[in-house]
Amino acid sequence: MPRALAPLLLGGVIALILHLVVQPAVGGFGSNLILFAGINIILAVSLTVVNGFTGQFSIGHAGFMALGGYTAAALMYYGSFKIYGNANFHGGALSWTGRVGGFSGPWMGSGDLLFVIACLAGGIVAAAAGWIVGLPSLRLRGDYLAIVTLGFGEIARVILQGTDAQLRRSQLDAIRSASPLQLMNKLGGALGFIGIPPYTTVFWVYVWVAIMLIVAIRLKRSSYGRALLSIREDEIAAQAVGINNTRYKVRAFVLSSFFAGVAGALYSLQIGSINAGELGFQRSFEILIMVVLGGLGSVTGAALAAIILTALPEVLRFVDQYRMIVYSLLLIVMMIVRPQGLFGVREVWDLMRRRRRQVTGGDA
Amino acid sequence: MTLLIQTLTDGIAVGALYALIALGYTLVYGILQFINFAHSDVFTLGAWLSFAIAAALGLSASAGQSPPWYLGLAVLLAAMVGCGIVGFIIERLAYRPLRQAPRLNVLISAIGVSLLLQNIGQLPHAFGPYPRAMPALLPDRVIFTIVGVQFRLVDMVVLATALFLMVGIQWLVFHTKVGTAMRAVSFNHQTAALMGINVSAIISMTFVLGSMLAAAAGFLYAMKYAQLKQTADSVWVLLGLKAFVAAVVGGIGNIRGAMLGGITIGLIEFFGVAYLSDKYRDVYVFSLLIIVLLVRPSGILGNATVEKV
Amino acid sequence: MNASLAENLLDVRAISISFGGLSAVKDFSLALPPRALYGLIGPNGAGKTTVFNLLTAVYQPDQGSVHVCGRQINGLKTFQIAHAGLARTFQNIRLFGELSVLDNVRMGAQMREPHGLTTTVLRTGGYVATERHIDAWAREMLRIMGLSHRETEQAKHLPYGDQRRLEIARALATQPKVLLLDEPAAGMNPREKVELMELIRFIRDKFEVAILLIEHDMNLVMRICEQITVLDHGETIAVGTPANIQCHPKVIEAYLGEPV
Repeated sequence: MPRALAPLLLGGVIALILHLVVQPAVGGFGSNLILFAGINIILAVSLTVVNGFTGQFSIGHAGFMALGGYTAAALMYYGSFKIYGNANFHGGALSWTGRVGGFSGPWMGSGDLLFVIACLAGGIVAAAAGWIVGLPSLRLRGDYLAIVTLGFGEIARVILQGTDAQLRRSQLDAIRSASPLQLMNKLGGALGFIGIPPYTTVFWVYVWVAIMLIVAIRLKRSSYGRALLSIREDEIAAQAVGINNTRYKVRAFVLSSFFAGVAGALYSLQIGSINAGELGFQRSFEILIMVVLGGLGSVTGAALAAIILTALPEVLRFVDQYRMIVYSLLLIVMMIVRPQGLFGVREVWDLMRRRRRQVTGGDA
Repeated sequence: MTLLIQTLTDGIAVGALYALIALGYTLVYGILQFINFAHSDVFTLGAWLSFAIAAALGLSASAGQSPPWYLGLAVLLAAMVGCGIVGFIIERLAYRPLRQAPRLNVLISAIGVSLLLQNIGQLPHAFGPYPRAMPALLPDRVIFTIVGVQFRLVDMVVLATALFLMVGIQWLVFHTKVGTAMRAVSFNHQTAALMGINVSAIISMTFVLGSMLAAAAGFLYAMKYAQLKQTADSVWVLLGLKAFVAAVVGGIGNIRGAMLGGITIGLIEFFGVAYLSDKYRDVYVFSLLIIVLLVRPSGILGNATVEKV
Repeated sequence: MNASLAENLLDVRAISISFGGLSAVKDFSLALPPRALYGLIGPNGAGKTTVFNLLTAVYQPDQGSVHVCGRQINGLKTFQIAHAGLARTFQNIRLFGELSVLDNVRMGAQMREPHGLTTTVLRTGGYVATERHIDAWAREMLRIMGLSHRETEQAKHLPYGDQRRLEIARALATQPKVLLLDEPAAGMNPREKVELMELIRFIRDKFEVAILLIEHDMNLVMRICEQITVLDHGETIAVGTPANIQCHPKVIEAYLGEPV
């Protein structure tokens, strides 16, 4: 068991290094990029579990992100009011998102516990939605899942933007006396949910990145992962060797939704606000293109593509108008010319290994 | 009672629009077993092209007089031709090269096309990022009133045009040689080719036909609703999705199913809005999708196809 | 060949199916006692693969029942039937093309040793031991089928004959009681066919499975099958030993047409 935890501890150490050493070194803009690249890595890798490993076609990923984000935001915001009486920061130095050097407390604070719970809750709610959406649609042909997930993404947005106005600091008593069920509906509606105490830092994001990568790679290099890949290759043959296709597909989908929810939670608790209007089809598409660019089924590919496509818009800011046009063309051309993206279904280490030996293919 | 009649008429009117769009989805799905994600964007294009052409003809929303009726027809035909050309180009460039590729690839390409259309349409040199108002092509007259429900000329024309087009497609597919060729291709490409049918040409034709129907639906939508949001606004995506749900509910690949599905979806949406809550108009339609997928995935008029092992 | 019903590994009782009013298979019955090596032949379109599809729940029979080791399996889903001990290969080879040869066989081997998601991710509960087990069994299968040297190659790059052998290896790895082979010799040259015959006999002897095979190569069928069932237009027109079948008038008529 301790051996299984080693990669996680390593991930934690790397996250600490990124937070304490790299972040101050690259300044505000750079560290923001690093942080959002991390969130995008979680989104892209989780999507590749469904679209890549299992060969399904889910295009509503941002919907799960939104659900997770709102859940975490509500928990953090209203939870803070209920516990502390205000929506201020109550965490430790590792969660401090303000001015560098402006915090002089311990590494971890009591608010951090709430933060971790909020992230987990975001993941769980998104996973539950994934189960509800996936169970009826994964039984059917690939195209149907695409439509259902697209529809789900839009519906989630519509519902979240239809909620009632947020309760403010001035309404402290109302917040204190309201039940969780009532508060669930007060998420800001079309104006979005704002004023959330921010806790997400490079450290926390990369802890979750480590978890995501470990889970994805362990999944892939196991009999469970092989089963998913076999479903992608040939569903009928997979059934013939005893695979319950629907169950595997649903589980992959739920897992993927969980991490999308966590990514959403990290996202909303970084900026301090969230608006479902920004998490619609366009966002789902941006995640999809990361997965396709990296190679459907490649964990390192998805991660690399996520980093590239987080940095690129910043670099090309002056042609932002044409960004989506370029992405769409890129997608079409890639499908015709190089559908396997950067790494195909292999990982970056498989490709390096292949150059040394002359044997075709490897076992992933 | 007034509410019932009003809801019924609204539902059928919009349902007819959904049916027109759904026909495009179902025609393409029938011959290629592929959901053309970009279809709803052709519908959007149709609406905006109608606006652009009407504006080019010197018509404007603020003009008091309504123009002669044949100008409206000209706008419709021009929009249909324009979208037909776009549909042809899309099929040739983005889908045909992927004919032999795994299904997932062409679906992804379709998504790319969809977003391409949306974002190009939004450019300042194209239709622009702001909503615009469609000039009125018909006088705003109330034809008759039943139980307090007004039936306007616009609604009558929209419904009549939609019905005419649906009857036209029905005739084309079931009573002409070309239609028979399309149906043959939808069963089996190789056999159709062996019978001397130019499969590629039929496929192109199907796309063109579907795009023209979408253009007509766009034109009718613009006439009925006048306010056009910019091409990347999600209102179009939702419309297209609902039309797709209509195609699925009716039985994807089935022409009559598409029409039936369109009307059904229109009614469900408007009855839900009228009698339940208007905040969740889109949720009703999607709930229906989930139910249909759970209970009868082949749709009302569809038949389940079994994959050959 | 009159084994009692409880002893038969496979027991098919009068299954029928029709598609859109057209009868594809009518009243098909068959019993496979332990270590049987039976054949199913018939002209093209006779319904042979349809029978296999009925047995493995690709289609559900309109009538009749199917039993494996006494347990009724019609009505179950395909993957459940695989667990019940019925394995098959396909007329058009269905390998997991992108996966390696070893991975393909591991797919069969892992059927009896499934992991859950948590075990996989946390690597708890003897995960490593089970994976080693699966590996060892898969490698053993490859060794028996003579494919060890191709272990790391992608399945889609294999020569045709090896692909067929791989598919059989994968099916065998599930430790079935009954093995259905759909045209295993299709596309093979004479030498490969001889090797295949040896292989099939060897499999039957070593693994004690009952084998039912569909074949068009009469030579092969007559040489290794102990009993042959002949189908024509979905109906069973003859059942017997190779010697019987070869002279059976109805069989000759089905293949060659009526004498002028």
